[in-house]
Amino acid sequence: MTTLSGYLRSDQRKGIRNNIAVAYLVECAHHVAREIVHPYRERGVNLIGFSGCYPNAYSHRMMERLCTHPNTGAALLISLGCEGFNKGALLEMIRRSGRPAQLIVIQDAGGTRSSIAEGQAWIEQTLDQLQATPRVSMELSELIVGTKCGGSDATSGLTANPAMGRAFDHLVLEKAACIFEETGELIGMENWMAERAATPELGQEIIKTVAKAARYYATLGHASFAPGNADGGLTTIEEKSLGAYAKSGQSLISGIIKPGDVPLAGGLYLMDMIPDGEVRFGFPNINDNAEVAEMIACGAHLVMFSTGRGSVVGSAISPIIKVCANPKTYERMSDDMDVDAGRILEGRATLDEVGREIYDLVVEVAGGRKTKSEALGHQEFVLTYKSFEPLGPACFPSAA
Amino acid sequence: MALFQKTDGSGVLLLAPGDNIAVATSELPAGAVRDMGGRKVTLGTRVEVGHKFAVRTIEAGSRIVKYGAPIGIATRDIQPGEYVHTHNMASAYLPTYTLEEGRQFVKEAK
Repeated sequence: MTTLSGYLRSDQRKGIRNNIAVAYLVECAHHVAREIVHPYRERGVNLIGFSGCYPNAYSHRMMERLCTHPNTGAALLISLGCEGFNKGALLEMIRRSGRPAQLIVIQDAGGTRSSIAEGQAWIEQTLDQLQATPRVSMELSELIVGTKCGGSDATSGLTANPAMGRAFDHLVLEKAACIFEETGELIGMENWMAERAATPELGQEIIKTVAKAARYYATLGHASFAPGNADGGLTTIEEKSLGAYAKSGQSLISGIIKPGDVPLAGGLYLMDMIPDGEVRFGFPNINDNAEVAEMIACGAHLVMFSTGRGSVVGSAISPIIKVCANPKTYERMSDDMDVDAGRILEGRATLDEVGREIYDLVVEVAGGRKTKSEALGHQEFVLTYKSFEPLGPACFPSAA
Repeated sequence: MALFQKTDGSGVLLLAPGDNIAVATSELPAGAVRDMGGRKVTLGTRVEVGHKFAVRTIEAGSRIVKYGAPIGIATRDIQPGEYVHTHNMASAYLPTYTLEEGRQFVKEAK
């Protein structure tokens, strides 16, 4: 059995990194927060934030989850002073978790210069303090892993995505919690996913979740299947969705979660990232990092990310493992890619071999090895407005 | 646990062992013979990259299976080596593959 070493938090969860999150609570505090982080960006100090001035339950919860994520050892909140974010409640929540936490209000601190100085002094002292974080043994069953695809091309669904699905199958066998999502790209697969669900009730919820996504995107003027897809060899909407679906692997589906819900046990979970209720606030996720941040808010310690065209993104809080689907892209951009899954197309490796390689890399990265995007300093992060209703009981059959 | 067929540079990818179709990863000419898990399959027509062909007999009305998941239904009997696309299979989900008809379907399903 593989045993890792994790940073122990007061809620008994364990982190694979010991980061400090510096969070701006409105765009007006973004510059100050970025300047505070800059000299420490290679020492595990991560910039996150919320740009909106108006409060929103979803974004507040996301910030709570990220500031008390197992990979986060301490948090520094940067407020302008007059924004709507409930900074007091967030600060108190982080302190209750046992983490060092501080709030700097730029208007009270005397402006940009003094806020940056105050913030950096706190970072210096907190970096020292974090050296003392207890390290304890951590099992793979305590690991949460997400999966995402971005900058996809025709190779993504043939190599990287099914290979990541194989890695998920290995991880689920080890009782890790694995999260897949993108319900809008799973349209046509929901009846089959329902057959893979732990209970018939969960199966019905999966079907409803995908129907919600289909309605949402249709309202926004998106339809999923176009004649161009057929020219490329994809015959049906199911086959098109299979490309994204393949990331889920072939395990039993244990539950549905929404952004910020932390899986209570190992297994495979579908994250429903489509807002509830009428369509508002625009696109569900404005780019790949929005969904990455949501999976991290669900506790993901790391995220596997497939790309065919060649995405370079990383993330704040949790490392991203980049799996390159297209051998030509890999040749051009190998500095950004952790895994060369395009070998499958060329007959130089099997899906099984690459799946195993991804799994092994997940274990190594959980053990401290830096991913390519992490070493390059990528810390992309975005958080926007959304609204959700709480989950129904059928979504968590294992907890019922 | 060898769940997947090795691609041997022959330009063919079988995503899972139970699949009844395989995907061309390079353009395959008509008459090309490929070994699919011990069975010789002869292609009836040219198959382009990303397109698929049957690796065994598929009866009309049965599921087309790729990566272990159903991606549609055979609309007529399909022979091993036969090209598989819109002429001999259909979605079990959306009765069309055109954008306009798809929009209509989504509207009616509301």
